Amino acid sequence: MSQAELRTRTLEIEVMRYDPEQDKEPHFRTYSVPCQEDWAILDALNYIKENLDSTLSYRWSCHMMVCGSCGMMINGEPSLTCKVFVRDLPDNVRVEPLANFPIERDLVVVLDDVMGKLQNAQTYIIRQDPPPADDVEYKQSPAELMKFKQYTMCINCMVCYAACPQYNLDPEFTGPAVMALAHRYNLDSRDQGRSERLDILGDHDGVWNCSFVGACSEVCPKHVDPAAAIQQMKIEASGQWVLQKLLPGRKS
Amino acid sequence: MLRELTCLLVAFYCVLTMIALAAAMDADPQRWSEFILGQQKPAWLVFHVFALVFFTVYQTIAWFRLAPKAMPLQLGDKVVAPGTIVAAHYVAWGVVSLVTLWIAGVF
Repeated sequence: MSQAELRTRTLEIEVMRYDPEQDKEPHFRTYSVPCQEDWAILDALNYIKENLDSTLSYRWSCHMMVCGSCGMMINGEPSLTCKVFVRDLPDNVRVEPLANFPIERDLVVVLDDVMGKLQNAQTYIIRQDPPPADDVEYKQSPAELMKFKQYTMCINCMVCYAACPQYNLDPEFTGPAVMALAHRYNLDSRDQGRSERLDILGDHDGVWNCSFVGACSEVCPKHVDPAAAIQQMKIEASGQWVLQKLLPGRKS
Repeated sequence: MLRELTCLLVAFYCVLTMIALAAAMDADPQRWSEFILGQQKPAWLVFHVFALVFFTVYQTIAWFRLAPKAMPLQLGDKVVAPGTIVAAHYVAWGVVSLVTLWIAGVF
């Protein structure tokens, strides 16, 4: 189908605007956007940027749910703007920056908090044993890969943080994506850092702050299940706590 | 939200069970009789029906439904179906209930 044959529909898109150098607080500005029916809401934002208001700031890159840059609130629901299609939306759409994060400018949020937590959670392979010789690989069976593969799909889009009621109540909470990634390495047969990560995340600001509402898993664009990861970590952390009480000094 | 709210009633029911236990273990048998008589008042009976039947059973079903997420099972390169894990929980619940009733002298 050629571009000319595609039907267009004009959407009234309310976009949250905020310039920290000029505005005291965020406000909305409405744009009338002639959208083609196969557009995602990200295309509509690009139309605004290119044709109506070049000062609009927002993050995006790949337009195909890989980079995780374009997470925003669309009619109050957190999602990637490249994933939400115009044809599924009413004529009036409200686009806001991801909830639960400070706004840097317009639709761009400050992600420093989560980036710091990601670093703290040691989301990388930790080895206690010396590495193998240069020509030896870490072998992993398909069954071992299966244990953690779904958690490798996380693209750090932070949509789960915008959906999490607990992160909204308590910003000290480590949150879904970081713990899903920590769990991914805990389950990796090549990793030996499980005990260290559980020491970091097995406290109130970590796994125990999650009340298993499950909103994070519902909104994840990559079908990762952070809520499940956190519950599994609660069981692991409990086991480690019992072992450390029974056998002080032992690392599980 | 409903799960979080109803857990308060379940917690209250647990406290009540502990009070019952304390009354049962008291050296004075009169205390247990008084406790049982108190619990037979209509308001308490309504509370027991709601707390035990509705909220406790609701919590049980809710958590059993979520169990495959918290305790996934992988046998080799096969994942055990979530339904099987949930069913196993109901079977275990039934067995534990029967054993408890047997210990209580119902059978």
